[in-house]
Amino acid sequence: MSHVEVMTGNQAASTAACLARPDVIAAYPITPQSSVVEDISKAIAEGKLDALISEVESEHSAMSVLEGAALGEARTFSATSSQGLAFMYEPYFRASTLRLPIVMAIANREMISPQTLWASAQDSLSVRDAGWIQYYVENNQEILDTILQAFCVAEDKRVLLPINICYDGFYLSHMSERVDVPDQAQVDAFLPQCYKPDHIYLDPDRPMAVDPLTNGDLLMEYRQKHLEAQQRALTVIEEASEVFFNLFGRHWDGCVEAYKIDHNTKGAIITLGSMTGAAREAIDRLQSEGLPIGLIKIRVVRPFPKTELRELLSGIKAVGVVDRNVCFGWNTGIIYQEVLAAISGSPSIVHQPFIAGLGGEDITIEMFETAARQVVTLAQKKNGSRDQETIWLRSVSEEVHK
Amino acid sequence: MPHDYVAPVGVEGIYIINTGKWRIQHPVLAEEKCVKCGKCFMFCPVGAIKRRDDGYHIDLEYCKGCGVCSHECPTKAIQMIGEEGK
Repeated sequence: MSHVEVMTGNQAASTAACLARPDVIAAYPITPQSSVVEDISKAIAEGKLDALISEVESEHSAMSVLEGAALGEARTFSATSSQGLAFMYEPYFRASTLRLPIVMAIANREMISPQTLWASAQDSLSVRDAGWIQYYVENNQEILDTILQAFCVAEDKRVLLPINICYDGFYLSHMSERVDVPDQAQVDAFLPQCYKPDHIYLDPDRPMAVDPLTNGDLLMEYRQKHLEAQQRALTVIEEASEVFFNLFGRHWDGCVEAYKIDHNTKGAIITLGSMTGAAREAIDRLQSEGLPIGLIKIRVVRPFPKTELRELLSGIKAVGVVDRNVCFGWNTGIIYQEVLAAISGSPSIVHQPFIAGLGGEDITIEMFETAARQVVTLAQKKNGSRDQETIWLRSVSEEVHK
Repeated sequence: MPHDYVAPVGVEGIYIINTGKWRIQHPVLAEEKCVKCGKCFMFCPVGAIKRRDDGYHIDLEYCKGCGVCSHECPTKAIQMIGEEGK
């Protein structure tokens, strides 16, 4: 039987990781992730989890340890944030290109400078093209549920890729919510109890050279297969979501969730992560005024669910994307560019970039109302420009700059 | 060269670059001068020298022709000879 607990996002992550029966955990402390691995360490010390934890001297070593462990047929887990992820960049690439199904939570934190500790997906979105699968989740229950699903997807023979579960630092990592915690037997029925690779491994009885010097011709073949595995993951993610729903009764819509979108909807706001809660409130308020606006939450950024997004936007006249990150050189956010790429064949949709919430700034319901009203205005405009300038949603007082 | 592997692995003799093609000179071992000290085996940076019961053998499939073995050999038993046409 499951039970209900009040827990932080980090506790939800460590609880899920322990339920997944990992063999090896390696991590280096960094705010706001630290308590994820502290709690796993505690579970091991108290004999509640039978696993090895490696207390390494850096994130570079953390990921390298997990790669060795995964090659040694271990189920592996880690967690990091921001500068830690940046320091992990080199082995981060190797994890995906060696096709090792490592699962790693990322408590999203803004990148320096200036010195900051607070939320922004700038860290994980900046490594979106390193071959990992990336989920972005909205609340603590979704953290727990998605980590369990992630092990299932990562180890699926059609996928065999590492996965990040990204959630906003402090907004989720340190905020307490009601979380339904499944018991071990329920999780064991959902997730195979161990990881058994037959594509890459270090086993003295079945010797192979791992990662040999490889020519470009063969490298291209590996890349092609890696890209194909990412595309297959779109299906596997949906399947895992369905199977999870059937066993646990909670449904997280695979790669994309549509909220209050129907054939009358003219405008849509697109969100990522914890900001979605405030966006839902704003949409509820505006729909009660009769405004034809709905919401789309992107749950999986890699692989990008372009087909599903195009279908959801097929009757939409204008779309606004709220990014808690920036895309340097494009003067917009990153998800805006991703959405634009997906709808590039739909010339009738007007699109509006918004940037908000950097460095952990609150993205309020009122900001979403402002954004949504702008999108509705664009949807109703005849012959308006498709290419809109970025609108910065800010609450900063003028006094700061005196 | 399509094959079933999804990750970069090599099993005996296949899917590994033949680094011997990069060579502009190759080592020739004079058996009569060899004292079987194993220094060439220890120093070869690509593991192209194999130890067998009857002594040491150079695998020209993988030897890049760097000449480290020749440099290290205490009895000057290994000579580097230029590849024809290179």
